[in-house]
Amino acid sequence: MNVPASWYLVLAAVLFGVGAFGLLTRRSALIMFMCLELMLNAVNLTFVTFSRTLSDISGQASVFFVMVVAAAEVTVGLGIVVAVFRRRSSTSVDELSELKG
Amino acid sequence: MAHVATLILLMPLVGFFAVVMNGAGLKERFVGVIATGAVAVSFVLSVVALVLLLHHSNREITVRLFDWIPVGTLHVPAALLVDPLSITMCLFVTGVSALIHLYSIGYMRGEKDFRKFFLYLNLFVFSMLLLVLANNLPLTFVGWEGVGACSYWLVSYYFTRDSAASAGKKAFLYNRVGDVGLLLAMFLIFGHAHTLTYLNVFHVAGTLSPTVATLTVLALLLGATGKSAQIPLFNWLPDAMEGPTPVSALIHAATMVTAGVYLLVRMSPVLTMSPDGRATIAIIGGATAFVAATIATAQKDIKKVLAFSTVSQIGYMVLAVGVGAYSAAIFLMVAHAFYKALLFLGAGSVIHSLNGEQDLRKMGGLQKYLPLTFPTFLVAWLSISGIPPFSGFFAKGDVLTKVFEHNKPLWVLGVLTAILTAYYMSRLFVLTFRGTERFREVTKGHDPHESPWVMTLPLVVLAVLSVLGGLLNLPWAHSSSLAGFLDPTFGFVPAVATSSTVALWGLALVDVVAAVLGLLAAFSIWRGVSESPRFESSFFEHVWHWDDFYDDVIGRPLTRAAQYSDDVIEPKVLDGAVTGVAVATRRSAEGLRKVQSGFVRQYALAMVLGVAVIIVYLVAKVH
Amino acid sequence: MVAATYAVPAILVFVTSALLILAGAVGVISVKNPVHAAICLIMTLFGVAVAFVAQSADFLAAVQIIVYAGAIVVLFLFVIMFLGVDRNMHVSVEPLVGQRAFAAAGVVITVAGLITLMATSHWVTGATSVTGKLVTGNGNVKQLGTAVFTTYLFAFEATAALLIIAVVGAVLLARRERATTEEEVNA
Repeated sequence: MNVPASWYLVLAAVLFGVGAFGLLTRRSALIMFMCLELMLNAVNLTFVTFSRTLSDISGQASVFFVMVVAAAEVTVGLGIVVAVFRRRSSTSVDELSELKG
Repeated sequence: MAHVATLILLMPLVGFFAVVMNGAGLKERFVGVIATGAVAVSFVLSVVALVLLLHHSNREITVRLFDWIPVGTLHVPAALLVDPLSITMCLFVTGVSALIHLYSIGYMRGEKDFRKFFLYLNLFVFSMLLLVLANNLPLTFVGWEGVGACSYWLVSYYFTRDSAASAGKKAFLYNRVGDVGLLLAMFLIFGHAHTLTYLNVFHVAGTLSPTVATLTVLALLLGATGKSAQIPLFNWLPDAMEGPTPVSALIHAATMVTAGVYLLVRMSPVLTMSPDGRATIAIIGGATAFVAATIATAQKDIKKVLAFSTVSQIGYMVLAVGVGAYSAAIFLMVAHAFYKALLFLGAGSVIHSLNGEQDLRKMGGLQKYLPLTFPTFLVAWLSISGIPPFSGFFAKGDVLTKVFEHNKPLWVLGVLTAILTAYYMSRLFVLTFRGTERFREVTKGHDPHESPWVMTLPLVVLAVLSVLGGLLNLPWAHSSSLAGFLDPTFGFVPAVATSSTVALWGLALVDVVAAVLGLLAAFSIWRGVSESPRFESSFFEHVWHWDDFYDDVIGRPLTRAAQYSDDVIEPKVLDGAVTGVAVATRRSAEGLRKVQSGFVRQYALAMVLGVAVIIVYLVAKVH
Repeated sequence: MVAATYAVPAILVFVTSALLILAGAVGVISVKNPVHAAICLIMTLFGVAVAFVAQSADFLAAVQIIVYAGAIVVLFLFVIMFLGVDRNMHVSVEPLVGQRAFAAAGVVITVAGLITLMATSHWVTGATSVTGKLVTGNGNVKQLGTAVFTTYLFAFEATAALLIIAVVGAVLLARRERATTEEEVNA
């Protein structure tokens, strides 16, 4: 008898919240990406939990694709961070604030 | 009959277009002939129409031209009403107009804008005919406004002169105030009778409540005082003497100023329903007649004397309307048209001979230099003073008799006014034609010359009419008189005179005595002198300070209010509101702009807060 | 009470994974050194892998370790070292006014709301076993592979294309500008 699904769901929700808070609070672009990974992992955990609850493989297939896309996203994102860092020598996103009213 | 009536109306308009279309190169002579000819043809057709009407059993012929305003329950056709009243008006309007057109050919010779003068004159006759021939109030109003506009144009004919330009504006503005009255009357009538055609209104006039009838009558009276220069809107007429003398003769003596009286007479069934309204009309008429007569005694300009005289005589007509003597009012109107036009044209002849001089102090002794103007002027003078057997005696006598029958105090006022009338007209006559010659410096030593035939022929014709005019309405031949012709229109059964023969002779005697008194007074005071401060009161000369009163009470405060509007309200309130909207938009935009801070983390925060709101909503919905 | 209803090993596994996940998450958002943050991230990922295994997603647990912890975090570390940003950063000062307060409020409300919803509503309403009954143990890889290559084939091909595009994009973005090509070649 496994642990009820709702426990894992709560865990995933808390993980998501922690990741969101970090995303909003940290200034370094790299740390923000890591928080983004936390949030994605929370989502993956939710999918897998539901896959187990509904006894369906589709949830796991979704996680598979989320991981692929996350990988691609990190690749491109870090490429952007590198390109920006070359100009400004700082990874703080607060410095990228020229598109303002 | 339909064609005749339509042509009567349209001939002057044809004349107008003929002169307009032919361009500025048309010779003076042709312009004059075309214009005069058009009006003369109208006159001839009016006579034809009269004959046709007399032979018609039903003396109310409606000629429909087309449907003008069909809106909901309001149906206003463009239609003409040919009945004794309108034919009478047509006859003397076209007749006198034709004579004045002829006169103008000579008077305006050599003027720069000769063509323009005749254009306006023809347009005026068209508007006046429209006014009298219309069978409903709105069409009458069109003619009403038309004559007002032509009056403005013609008074400001010498518009390069400041006084002429402002006189034109004054005339138009006073008319406009009166027009409000006519419009209000139209609204009231439509509201209660649901029709604006005269014949239909007369059928339902009996159902009007006294309050409504009185209000309507007062509104009509306001319109009439504006157009016919009565108290309180009479100040424009003396100023309108700035226009050329033929204009004064036609518009401000014979035709336009009678339009107000015509309107009141036309609406007689409504007047019948309101004794209070009629009383007001009578008081206004009597008061105006008296006040204007006093003012005329102190004027020094020949045309101003005649202008105030016109105001006074129309006061008599309005007084007659007020006591219900509609036929008497029309009779006086016709007779007045003859002798007042004659007086003005004669004055024009005098002015013409003295190279434009109008001041009475610089005239005198012209009797032997103007062999045709003098006798015709004499006839007119005797007529207006009320000396028998000229037309004025019969016309004014008719009015005073009817006033005596209804309202003794006003009759006394009327007799006093008659004395004054005889006095100031005799003063005018003496100062102009008798006494010493004071004009030598104006004519530079030459003798004044008589006017050409185009000017003297109308004088002679009008003189004959002034003499014979009394025959139109002799008191003892009622059925074949003007009154007998007109009374059915007013719903009166032609009846014998209501006063006894003794009373009639007594009143006639009083009239003659009054006239002779005024004459003798004038001759004795004004023999040998040209100025007499004791008898030329400055209070009378300054129109009882009426103009100054209007200026202080209405003119100046309104100008100040307008100035205030321009200085304060316009920039601060109106402009402020408009620019205020723009400024408010800009400020709010500037405020909202700060939301775009450029910080990605703040945008992300906004997203998270939005998600929080949605979650809260879902939780609330589930529970 | 809990021990009577559920097996002890299951609870232990859950607690372990929960501790790993939360410790790592809190570490990521609070440590100053980016390298230390990456290490905490690895801890979280391991915790998630443990949770996957507990829920019969064996293949995914393996992929999690290999791809996420092995490739992605390593990539992070590469970039951190490459850029030389492994120095400490100032976390105490927050230049944007009210950011922390509002962020905390927003996050707390969202998570609390989610938990409330989960606790009070029976929201697992989907049909069970639409694609096929979940097979645990050895058959998991085969079942997942079948699903990916048949039902979700289009998505698979799309993600393959996406990977190629990502690689090309990364290469382009990270390229140094070749301003002095001509001189280098001639010299």
